[in-house]
Amino acid sequence: MTIDRNRRRFLRATAALPIARAVGCVTFGAASVAFAGTPATDRAFDSAFDRYRHLLVLVELKGGNDGLNTLVPFTDAAYYALRPKLAIARDQIIQLSDRVGLHPALAPFSAFWRDRELAVLQGVGYPQPNLSHFRSIEIWDTASRSDEYREDGWLTRTFAQQPVTASYAADGVVIGSNDLGPLSGSGARTIALADTPTFLRRARLAQPAAAAPNKALAHILKVEADIVQARGHLATERAFEIEFPASGFGNAVKTACQVIANPSGVAAVRLTLTGFDTHTNQPGTQARLLAELAGGLTALKSALVELGRWNETLVLTYAEFGRRPRENLSLGTDHGTSNVHFALGGRVAGGLYGETPDLTLLSSDGNPRHALDFRDVYATVLERWWDVDARNALGGRFTAVPFLRM
Amino acid sequence: MAASMGESDARHLLARTGFGPTTTEVRTYAALSRDDAIAKLLADVRTTPATAPPAWINEPGPFRRPGPVASAEERKAFQQGETRRAAELRGWWVREMLVTPSPLTERMTLFWHNHFVSSEQKVRDARLMYAQNATLRAQALGNFASLLHAVAKDPAMVIYLDNAQNRKGAANENFAREVMELFTLGQGHYTEQDIKEAARAFTGWGVDRDTGTFAFRPRLHDDGEKTVFGKTARFDGDAILDLVLERRETAEFIIAKLWKEFVSPEPDRRSVERIAQAFRASKYDLKVALRGLLETNAFWASDNRGTLVKSPVEIVVGALRQLDIAPDDTLPLAFAVAGMGQNLFAPPNVRGWPGGEVWINSNTLLARKQFLDRIARNDAGAPPRTAVATMTAQLADTNTDSAPMMATREATLAEINRAARIARQIDRSTRNLRFEAARWLSERNGATRDEKLGAAKRLLLPIAAQLPVADDADVTTAVAASLLDPAYQLK
Repeated sequence: MTIDRNRRRFLRATAALPIARAVGCVTFGAASVAFAGTPATDRAFDSAFDRYRHLLVLVELKGGNDGLNTLVPFTDAAYYALRPKLAIARDQIIQLSDRVGLHPALAPFSAFWRDRELAVLQGVGYPQPNLSHFRSIEIWDTASRSDEYREDGWLTRTFAQQPVTASYAADGVVIGSNDLGPLSGSGARTIALADTPTFLRRARLAQPAAAAPNKALAHILKVEADIVQARGHLATERAFEIEFPASGFGNAVKTACQVIANPSGVAAVRLTLTGFDTHTNQPGTQARLLAELAGGLTALKSALVELGRWNETLVLTYAEFGRRPRENLSLGTDHGTSNVHFALGGRVAGGLYGETPDLTLLSSDGNPRHALDFRDVYATVLERWWDVDARNALGGRFTAVPFLRM
Repeated sequence: MAASMGESDARHLLARTGFGPTTTEVRTYAALSRDDAIAKLLADVRTTPATAPPAWINEPGPFRRPGPVASAEERKAFQQGETRRAAELRGWWVREMLVTPSPLTERMTLFWHNHFVSSEQKVRDARLMYAQNATLRAQALGNFASLLHAVAKDPAMVIYLDNAQNRKGAANENFAREVMELFTLGQGHYTEQDIKEAARAFTGWGVDRDTGTFAFRPRLHDDGEKTVFGKTARFDGDAILDLVLERRETAEFIIAKLWKEFVSPEPDRRSVERIAQAFRASKYDLKVALRGLLETNAFWASDNRGTLVKSPVEIVVGALRQLDIAPDDTLPLAFAVAGMGQNLFAPPNVRGWPGGEVWINSNTLLARKQFLDRIARNDAGAPPRTAVATMTAQLADTNTDSAPMMATREATLAEINRAARIARQIDRSTRNLRFEAARWLSERNGATRDEKLGAAKRLLLPIAAQLPVADDADVTTAVAASLLDPAYQLK
């Protein structure tokens, strides 16, 4: 941390020298950890120190992944009491500590863990949790309090406040979903696409136009302009040495890597893996989905290493909520609250964060207390990964979790 | 006699209350006064569809999905059959929207589908989804109180919002919550305790899966005292709905939502309160509500023209109507609509499609433009192929749980695999459509080519075109330019 501070000061100081700025522009690469200072006086030099060269990849585990069978507290008698049918057999668990271990389908995560590139964030949630899928994901996407309604996504607010370099292909790219989630709202240049060839084939139909007389038309013209901006940059097809898994998520990861490979850059990419709403017959479904997740993220790392971007990439999982500790009568689990999430990347400080849920202290509706606020996780991204003031985007002060080596 | 309103007003009224007005419709309405035009729209409303629904809606048979002992083949056969029926149902509704003599009836049926949301993807019974559609149409512009009571006991709704699982001692609050939050009062006008108590009143409501009808099961019903909105009695479900209907907020909530559908994105609070009062006084006559909205100055204001975003069905059905294209088969069009983010009979969640600007992102805007580009250029395009046979074959080899076109189902990852296929399907959906720009243009008003192009533009666009067209553009390109103009996305 001290080193980081010093390095930042150094960079800020050198930024004042014209020659250093010029060099910074050209030689920016994987080895650099440059961060610009945020004070207004430094803004003129922001172009030399591109904070958004640090890429964020969000992976939504849609439907609410069951965290308790993802990170299993295998010494906890309460776990086996709550999960008589669904408990993961102890000899299957990939042990991370003397108390917790991963679902066997996450076996590929062992390599990340060994390399200390996997942070496991335990008990991520928020006060007064809402158990409705659409309301709870809205709370996460807009970084709102449970009783507060905000419209723009937290990334949109961030990019509106601290703009992404204009030459980027887009601020954010949403892959495989028409729901823009954290990138919703008009303050960001967001592209939604399913795959790059289809996008490019259709994109010629977009045309830039002048100012608009009303809000709806302004929105359409903005989307057209975003497409026009992105189409030129996404046109290069990059061949990767690695093979991507032949799953839906594998294809999404491949598309993400094509997008990331464009030299002009994007600040954030959002992927979605769906199907986690396992009210019935959970074991097979969850195992399949977690295997897709682990396989996809392993491929993502290999591709980003090829691109020299792994050390500039932070991958974060999220979901609307976790699932109820007590299994239901249909071999499944119902909507819960706090959940386990993963941060991966070349600059992640591997380890366990937060607290393993206390299954003997459940609320009246049967859910554990949260240990980390999801906005603490977002604050880590904003303040430590991007060096932007998090208060506006998050609507208050939150405490960064030290899962990054900066 | 009041003055006739002219083509511009007629076009606006028809675009807002139907799907893409045709030249003929505009001429008919242009001769009427605004009041007479509104009266005619409301008088023409239907309670039944104009086209015959798929034959299987009357087939008897079990309404149960295969039980735990069913074989894999039985499950697969059921899933494939259900997927096919759901697709045919979508195709049927698109046809109804295309040919109905009362587009307003279908717009309102669609409005209620997006208000009283149920999804085939949970209900998994296309017959029940058709029955719900018929219930929504029967009261589309009838009486809101009757509609609310009918929908509450509609089998697809009972399944969709889990009232079928709601029983004494183990209440399921899903339906009780959504009735208040989404169907009537809106957030902030009830307490969590009201929901808990109301949920008890709906216990015992279920569906007889053998007959596909509503069934009340007295043994599962909690007939004890409940306290809702400060009133205590042994309320049953219907009594709870009546309590909700007594509240002022219900009328205001519905009127504000209708305002956003028909008038402008930002409801005017005082006008909403005034119309809501008349709506309540009429005991929830929906014609009173709609007349009130269409008579406001805001509805006719020039500042509010072209301020609403067309939904995918309005794009697809509207374009075909305006270009006088009569498709042989509407199933491929239902796929095209789904590819733009509106899979009929399967809204993404109980809140429905958010609509408005949310319809448009880079992915959906390009899907819209691809469709419009293809139909506009079809006279120059490839000869029609057997699109329908291809699509049906695709349906048949879709396995168990995956409909071939789930683009709108929330962020389905399978979507990614299918993205290219969706793009191809949009192409195919247009392949059998015959459009000859030159002939179509010759039927517009005006003596010269420029006058006819001007008339075409006025028919197709709610406000001025945003993009210039080259003076030497050929007819096909000039017509396509209007369809591809950003203003075409608006109404």
